[in-house]
Amino acid sequence: MTTETHETAPHHQRPDWLWYVGVAFVGTLGWLIYGQLIPMSEWVTSLFPVARDSHTGEAIAFFIYDVPKVLLLLTGIVFVTGVLRSWFSPEKTRAILAGKRQIWGYPLAALLGVLTPFCSCSSVPLFIGFVSAGIPLGVTFAFLIAGPMVGPVGLGLLYGLVGWQIATIYLVFGFSIATLSGIVLGRMGLERYLQDWVRDLNAGPTGELPEMHLTLVDRLKIGVEQVREIVGKVWIWVLVGIGIGAAIHGYVPEEMMLRIMGGEAWWSVPAAVTVGVPMYTNAAGVIPIVEALLGKGAALGTTLAFMMSVIALSLPEMIILKQVLTLRLIAIFIAVVATGILATGYLFNFLL
Amino acid sequence: MKTVKVFGPGCKRCEATEALVKQVASDLGIAVEIEKVSDPKSMAMAGVMSTPAVSVDGRMVHSGGLPEAAHLKQWLSA
Repeated sequence: MTTETHETAPHHQRPDWLWYVGVAFVGTLGWLIYGQLIPMSEWVTSLFPVARDSHTGEAIAFFIYDVPKVLLLLTGIVFVTGVLRSWFSPEKTRAILAGKRQIWGYPLAALLGVLTPFCSCSSVPLFIGFVSAGIPLGVTFAFLIAGPMVGPVGLGLLYGLVGWQIATIYLVFGFSIATLSGIVLGRMGLERYLQDWVRDLNAGPTGELPEMHLTLVDRLKIGVEQVREIVGKVWIWVLVGIGIGAAIHGYVPEEMMLRIMGGEAWWSVPAAVTVGVPMYTNAAGVIPIVEALLGKGAALGTTLAFMMSVIALSLPEMIILKQVLTLRLIAIFIAVVATGILATGYLFNFLL
Repeated sequence: MKTVKVFGPGCKRCEATEALVKQVASDLGIAVEIEKVSDPKSMAMAGVMSTPAVSVDGRMVHSGGLPEAAHLKQWLSA
């Protein structure tokens, strides 16, 4: 017990300037390493006793280059997001959304879905908190869809691994799907499909939390804490995702990719969604796969549909939401979001 | 005797929060009764939206993350 207090005591005495200098130093260091990744990874790859242009050589080079790249990007994004999100909270978001019954409540909810810190493990209390404060069901759904769908981790990695054009397309369409799905679900009058106890709930007034004043250093600490928690949790999914990406990059022939995930086959988009929904991973794990797929000539629409269904529609989240939504409502929810994803997929396969 | 409620669906951080409350209370020599609330209905009734959340003697003091030990000390000795 005493060791604990000994550990925390100096932690709090760390002077502010050390935090600023430390963050600036680590940031610069990461940025410098990021710039040298190609020569570094090529050098490491050359140590393997395989020809660089063989299938295995290509796969190894992909893996060695992507692992530090994704981990650096991920750390940076999670830190910055953690700091920015410290200005938001579910309670504040609810207060903002509570009075908004007009149409622009939907895009606002989607925007706040991206900015508000919440983990999927607390989506049930959050859902109830929203609904019991009189926020329409559709607006609540717009919030819940946008959170994972347009998350900063997914966007940042797309930007770094695939390029800004596709990241922008993803942002615009992910945001639109969240907003439109919310509007459609709101119009359907689904309140009767909530679990009985949620409908009958007269939630008490929320316990007003004392306003906590956070200094800039407190916010930096939150960022570091987020990095520890999230990177510590998802790194294994990142490695698996990059491993799969490397295998695709090295071994899958282009003709085969074009046949399965090309824009010609009409069934490729629904197939991508069907494969994507039960896949349990996260944005950080799926984007290296997306990178490899696009590099091999997979159609953009098919790939976008795959990525969106992996990130936005996850079975574990549905199981959590089962506590408040009936199966019927979950099915309608999945159907509406999947329709938006399918439409996006077909649109891009058709356009390009 | 203070009654502390820790709200959370049973995630890792919720357990860490409970452990921290115990630790801080015993450091301060304050007797506490800790109650874990993991049922979504009770959480909703208490107005909890993000977990882990902590209340002391019925007053919500914290929500949405692992509280800091220094803050817990304040809340428990207030």
